[in-house]
Amino acid sequence: MKYLDEYRDDRIARKIVDEIRRIQTRPWVIMEVCGGQTHSIVKYGLDYLLPEGVELVHGPGCPVCVTPLEMIDRAHAIARRPDVIFCSFGDMLRVPGSHGDLFQIKADGASVRIVYSPLDCLKIARANPDKKVVFFAVGFETTAPANAMAVWQAKSQGVGNFSILISHVVVPPSLTSILQSPANRVQGFLGPGHVCAVMGWHEYDAIAERYRVPIVVTGFEPVDLLEGIMMTVRQLEQGRFEVENQYARAVSRGGNEEAQRMIAKVFDVCDRSWRGIGIIPKSGYKLRYEFREHDAERIFEVADIRTREPAICISGQVLKGVKKPNDCPAFGTQCTPQTPLGATMVSAEGACAAYYNYGRHLVALGVSPGGV
Amino acid sequence: MCLAIPGRITEIFENQGMRMAKVDFGGISREACLAYVPEAAPGQYVMVHVGFAISAVNEEEAARTYKYLEEMDQLAEIQAETEPSSEIS
Repeated sequence: MKYLDEYRDDRIARKIVDEIRRIQTRPWVIMEVCGGQTHSIVKYGLDYLLPEGVELVHGPGCPVCVTPLEMIDRAHAIARRPDVIFCSFGDMLRVPGSHGDLFQIKADGASVRIVYSPLDCLKIARANPDKKVVFFAVGFETTAPANAMAVWQAKSQGVGNFSILISHVVVPPSLTSILQSPANRVQGFLGPGHVCAVMGWHEYDAIAERYRVPIVVTGFEPVDLLEGIMMTVRQLEQGRFEVENQYARAVSRGGNEEAQRMIAKVFDVCDRSWRGIGIIPKSGYKLRYEFREHDAERIFEVADIRTREPAICISGQVLKGVKKPNDCPAFGTQCTPQTPLGATMVSAEGACAAYYNYGRHLVALGVSPGGV
Repeated sequence: MCLAIPGRITEIFENQGMRMAKVDFGGISREACLAYVPEAAPGQYVMVHVGFAISAVNEEEAARTYKYLEEMDQLAEIQAETEPSSEIS
C-alpha cells in the first residue's frame, strides 16, 4: 500500500540505525508517547536494533489502557440495561471490569455491538427508535473529531435516542505530569503523530521550552519511528530542545482546524482520571452543557459507581516511563492479556500486552522467545 | 487506537448532509467522512481514522522524506570515502 510499504523498508531502517549509532555519544532515554507507536516498536523489535545507550520507554498514549476501571464498570452497568444497545470500538470489549467484560455481558443477553465509526451508532439509533443507543466514547484528540461529529449530527438531526459515555483524554497535560514527577527519566519525546494531525504541534512548544526536552512529532511505521528517534538523539546531542516534525506527510503545524472547531463546539476541557496515574488537571473532554441530552453518564445516573484498582499493579510507573513491564513480578505470570491486573495489560497497545504478545515475558523467564 | 491508515479517494457523495467518500485501502473499499478535509478530491490520499479523514496526505512532504533519506545515504558514502577508519560496524 502506498505511503505504508515504503516506510517498512529494512534497508532504509538500517541506514537510520547506523546514523543514530554515528551521532550518539551518551546514553539517552526517549519516550514514545502513543500506544500505536509502542506496538510498532515491539512488533518490529526496533528497540533491539538501537545502540545500547538509546533506551526507549513507553508512554501513556493508550486510551483503552488509561480509561479508569470505574468508567468500565459504568459502561457495563449501562450495557446490561434491557432498553440499551451499547456500541463500542472492538478493543474495549475484552477489557475486564469488576464483574466480567462486554463479551460476557453480550453472552448474557445484552445488546452489545462493535462499530467501526461513531457514525454507525447514528444509523443504529435511527433504525431502533424504541431503544437507547449508547456509544462508549474513549480516545485521545485523534478520535475526538469523530465522536464530536456524531453528537453534533444527533443534536442537529434530532436523533434523541443517541448518547455517548465519554472518557476522552488529551496528551499535553500527561507529558507535563510525567516531566514534573521526581522519578522522571525521560529526556526526549516521540510526539503522537495522529493526535498532532488533528491538533497541530504548537501546544508542545511551551513544554519543550519549559522542561528543556526535544519533542519530535513522529509517525507509526518502522522508518518513521527510527527517523523520529534519530532526530531526537540529534537534538539531545546538540543540546537543542525544540518541537520538530518527522511526520510532515500527515501533520502540519496548525493541524486540522475544521476538526478543532468541531471539538470546541461540542466538548469542554475538564479534569480526568487516568487509570494507573490518577487525576490530571485539564486532561480531558466532557460534553458541553447544550449537549447534555446526549450525555449517557447523566441520563443513566452512573456517575456514583466507584471502583478501586488492584494494589500490586505497577502500570502507573510503566505509563510514566519509570519502569518497564519486565520489572513487574506479576508480568507474564499472574498478569497476562487473559487475566490483566492493570492498565498496560488490558489493550494490545499497552506496553505490558505488547511485550507479552511478542514473547518478551519468555525473556523475563529466561527462555529464548525464538523467532520474535 | 490512534491509528490512521492512508487511503485513496475513489468517489465522493453526500449522506445525511455530510460529504462522504469511498476510500480504497490497497484493494479494500470503505466509506469515510470528508467533513474535516473539505478540499479533498478523488485521486487524493487521506489519513482515515474511525471513518473520518483527519488529514490529506501531503505528497510533497512524503517525497521530501525520501529525498532526505537518499541524501543521507550519499552523505554517508562521502564520509566513508574520506574517513574509512571511522566506520563503525
